[in-house]
Formats: sequence, C-alpha cells, structure tokens
Amino acid sequence: MMQQDLVHAIKSNPKYHELLAKRKSFAWILAAIMLIIYYGFILIVAFNKEFLGQPLSAGSITTVGIPIGLGVIISAFILTGIYVQRANSEFDRLTREIKEEVL
Amino acid sequence: MRMWQNVTAVLALSLVAGVALAAGDVGEVKKQAVNVPAIIMFLAFVAGTLGITYWAAQRTKTAKDFYAAGGGITGFQNGLAIAGDYMSAASFLGISGLVFINGYDGLIYSVGWLVGWPIIMFLMAEQLRNLGKYTYADVVSYRFQRVPMRTMAATGSLVVVVLYLIGQMVGAGKLIQVLFGLDYTYAVIIVGVLIILYVTFGGMLATTWVQIIKACLLLGGATIIAFGALYVATGGSMSPEALFRRATEVHAKKDALMRPGALVTSPIEAISLGLALMFGTAGLPHILMRFFTVPNATEARKSVFYATGFIGYFYILTFLIGFGAIVLLMPADSGFMVTNAKGVLELKGGQNMAAVNLAQAVGGNLLLGFISAVAFATILAVVSGLTLAGASAISHDLYASVFAHGRVDEQQEVRVSKMATLVLGVIAILLGIAFEQQNVAYLVGLTFSVAASANFPILIMSIFWSKMTTKGALLGGWLGLVSSTLFVILGPTVWKDVLGNAEAIFPLKNPAIFSMAISFLGIWIGSITDNSENARQERASFEAQDVRCQTGIGAEGAASH
Repeated sequence: MMQQDLVHAIKSNPKYHELLAKRKSFAWILAAIMLIIYYGFILIVAFNKEFLGQPLSAGSITTVGIPIGLGVIISAFILTGIYVQRANSEFDRLTREIKEEVL
Repeated sequence: MRMWQNVTAVLALSLVAGVALAAGDVGEVKKQAVNVPAIIMFLAFVAGTLGITYWAAQRTKTAKDFYAAGGGITGFQNGLAIAGDYMSAASFLGISGLVFINGYDGLIYSVGWLVGWPIIMFLMAEQLRNLGKYTYADVVSYRFQRVPMRTMAATGSLVVVVLYLIGQMVGAGKLIQVLFGLDYTYAVIIVGVLIILYVTFGGMLATTWVQIIKACLLLGGATIIAFGALYVATGGSMSPEALFRRATEVHAKKDALMRPGALVTSPIEAISLGLALMFGTAGLPHILMRFFTVPNATEARKSVFYATGFIGYFYILTFLIGFGAIVLLMPADSGFMVTNAKGVLELKGGQNMAAVNLAQAVGGNLLLGFISAVAFATILAVVSGLTLAGASAISHDLYASVFAHGRVDEQQEVRVSKMATLVLGVIAILLGIAFEQQNVAYLVGLTFSVAASANFPILIMSIFWSKMTTKGALLGGWLGLVSSTLFVILGPTVWKDVLGNAEAIFPLKNPAIFSMAISFLGIWIGSITDNSENARQERASFEAQDVRCQTGIGAEGAASH
C-alpha cells in the first residue's frame, strides 16, 4: 500500500485529474464504439440475414456480409491502434510529468 | 541439472517407445500410417524448445523470474506470446472446419473470438499491469480480505484451467493419433511430460518463448496454406471473388454459403454467445498472467495491439482456408472425400481436418508434415501456458497467501509451484485418458461462460467500482461460478446431447447473458448492503488503489537482467 501523503500529493496535482479525465472518456468512447460495431453486427446476423446476403455489386458472388465481417475484425485492430498511439504518447507523458512532480 | 538429464532421458525413451508402438499399429483403421516428415519436424521443435528451456532454467532464479519471466518481456514479444496462448489448435482446426461446412457462419465465430481484445486494451491491460504482481488474484485481493478473495480467485482460475486442459488434452490425443499415427495414450503422455519439463525448469521465460515460436510457426504455416490454396483454387488469379464463386459451385449450400445461415438462430442465444466470447477472453487466467511479464503499462498496451493484429490476421486466414478447402477438397474426385458408415460422402478425418487435408492438397506430404508438427506444437504451447497459470494459482494464491498467510520465503513458494506443475501435468494426462471417449466440444463454451461470469465481473469491478466490498465480491463471484456451471449442465449441450435427456431444463446453450447478470447483481447487492467496519476500510482504500492503478506509481518494476 502507498503512503497516504503520496496519494494526497498525486490527487492534488492538476495533471493527475487531466490524465484521468482524458483517459477515462477516451477509453470508454472506444469501448462503446467496439461494442456498437460488434453487437450491431450480431443483431444484423440475428434479425436481418438478407441484408448480409446481398451481392456486393451486380452479378458478384461476394456478399455485403464479407466486407462487413472482415471490417469488424479490422476495426478491432484499428481501435486498439488508436488507443495505444495516444496512450503511449500523451497519457504516458502526463504520467511521467506527474511522477517528476510528486516523487 | 542432474534431474534435468534424467527427465530428458525418460522423455526420449517415451518418444521412441511411442513411435515404435505406433509403427506396429499401422494396420488399424482409425490411425494413419506413421508420418515421417511430421515426426522429424516435431522432434526438431521439441529439441529446440527443450534447448530454450535449458537456457531459461539458468535465468530462472527468483519467484518473479518463475511467474513473470522477470518482467522483462517486450511488448512485441508479449503480443506474439499472447497470440500463441490464444490461437489454439481447436480454433485453427475448428473454425476452418466450420467454414468448410457452413461458409459465412464461421466468420461470425471468428469475429466473436477477437472483439474481447479491444475491451481488454481499453479497460484492463494497463490496470492489470499496474496493480498485479504474478496472478490476477493479486488485483482482486488488492484492497479486500486476502484469504477469502484469493481462495475464490484461485478456484475460478483452477476451474477454467482444468476445463480448458481437458479439451486441449483430448484434442491433442485425437489429433496426434490421426496426424502422427501415435497411440492416443502415448500422445497424451508425451504432451504431459513435455509441458512439465517446460514449466518446472523454464517457468514463464521458457513458456513465453514456446508461445512465441509456436505463434510464428502457426501464422507462417496458415499463411502458406491460405494463400497457396487461394493460388491453386483460382488458377493463379488470387481473386477472392473467383474463390467464392468456385466454392458456391462445389458446395451443396450453393449461394447460401455466402450469407449467415442456421448456426445462429435465436437473437438471445447470439447475444449471449457474444458476451461469453468477448468477456470470457478477459477472464482467462493464463491470458491475464501474461500482462505481468512486461515491464510497464506502455509495453502492456503494445502487447495487446500486436496480439489483436496477429489474432485478427489468423482468423482471416482460417476463413480463406475454409473456402480453399471447399474448392480443393470437396469435389468427390479430389481424393480427400470418403464414404462413411452411413453411405454419405464426408471429408477424410472429419470436418476438423479441413486445414490439415488442405495442406496436403496444396503442398504435398512436406507441408502436411509441417502443419501436423505445428498443430502438435500449438497444443504444447497452450497447455504449458494453462499449466503455469494453474500452478501459480496453487502456489502464489492458495499456498503462500491462504495457507501460509504470506509468511513464506520465495524459494519455498517456487518449489511449491514446481510441485503443483508436476501434479497438474499428471492430472492433465489422467483427465486426457479419462475423457478419451467423451464429446468435449461443450467444454470450450463452458470455459468461456465460467471465465466471463466468475472471473471477469470481480476483476473489472475491483478495478473500477470504489464501493465494492469483500462481501459483495464473494457473493457475485461464487454466484457467477455456480450459476454458469449449473446452466451449462442443465442446458441443451450437456443435459440433452451429453446426458441424453429429451428436453433441456435451461433453454440456452450459452448462459453468459444470465450468469453474468447474476454475478454483477450479486456484487452490487452484497456490496451496498455491507455496512461493516471492514467494508468502510475497503471503500476508503480504493483511493490509494486507484492512484496506483492510474499512474503505475508503486507498481513492480522490471528485473534487471
């Protein structure tokens, strides 16, 4: 367990609150986007199979469902990339600054 | 190292015995002839990984080395190792087989297996790294009563590990029997002995490198099969449209192959399956443990990013492999279809052998041998990760924290962990033999349901909910564990299909939507009704936990070697 005075020093640092606010909203927004994409896909599978079964273009055998399904997989990768990009630069910089100020 | 040499000798003997025995059995109907290239490549893999284990054993001295590879694994390495832990032989063979039979429906499963990863990234990866030490029980017991919380978390871990182990061991035995022509019992024993060696001597460092090598082999092998099949099946044009067109011409489902079919029917079942897959991933102890092998939160995030990329790519490959198998294997004159006892034409070795047969169709016996060796390596890697997670739950959570109340020295704890590994390895062998004739397909669903309903809720709530108390966590955790297990037993897969009753008592195959709700409800009710002095202190200590969780200040650093 951490010493109580260190906890208070960190908690009274404005950068700590900036870090928390930014990261919290960013993480939950991305999580919500992933949930919407995935459960949107599952609900289309459950309720509107015909939509996914349409040909991608006139005469093609590839259906709309193929790019959508692959799109869900690729979106998962891109979303994690977006998060790691910002977290490993901006959030880590804030964390480092907090550490330098309180430790 | 004396003991080491002895065990290696025993292992070499058992391998030789296995090969010799299998060679005498070539005449049996179910088993294939001994596959020489496959055995040579597999022995090369075993020799290589045992060499790594020897190297790792020299570097594994402290408890931190044993459980977390000294915290010195990089984000990229850990990303590969996570992918290695997660891409099981069951998903490689199972999903490509599912696509072979059902087409598009296979993709629905692949998507579900992947989408848990972003959630782990956004809500758990860095938090786990900042709060935990060796196991996820460290996180859930951080501000709560140690003994009951560790007991529950260790139980949840062990249940998941044992269920997963049974599935892997039975799959291993069957697969090796088909691919190598080895006797089932020998196959299971070889797997058990090898993982005991990897884990007891090399700990997390050896286990990590076994995962990394396996991930590279599996990704490489699957890439060769997928694009080789695409090339051959489209006459060199490499156009997916041409592949899909030929597949719909060959497959009995025709155009229906390209759209969702009967596999996912009821919306509630689909959503419940989605919940189990998504949040079950975030409750697998052997996966969670991997976050303690990196030095800091920065590397923990990187590892999830790389893992998501590798795993996503792998699932896209399995989809291509399934379609390639339809075009190249399904025609009656392909030489890969056989008439079964009912007079129906089916794939040689069953639908799960689609990827393996396709390897032979694309690259002859050499590629077949390579993929067989990769499949075996895959099983070894997954089983060693599971065994290490189980052994850690026993030594770090149960022995050191619950029985010895934290009064135990590191060396003793590591010794207990090694003994636990030995016991788990033997149990895995025995379970593999005991379940040989059972249908174990339902175990995967059960494992993910339990992980999503027992482990995930207490983990996520202990990180984010300041008002949770020990009482609430215990109520929710145990309710989740019991309800998910009970619902699976009373559900269609076990009650009807395994036990042979006419009607299932619980209507859903995937109970996660209910068992997860029960677990969260239990945590909430148990916590808000808890007015004890303990509860007050636990809520008060959330502040300090959160500061460490958010900044990593006070978290364990990397070892310097």
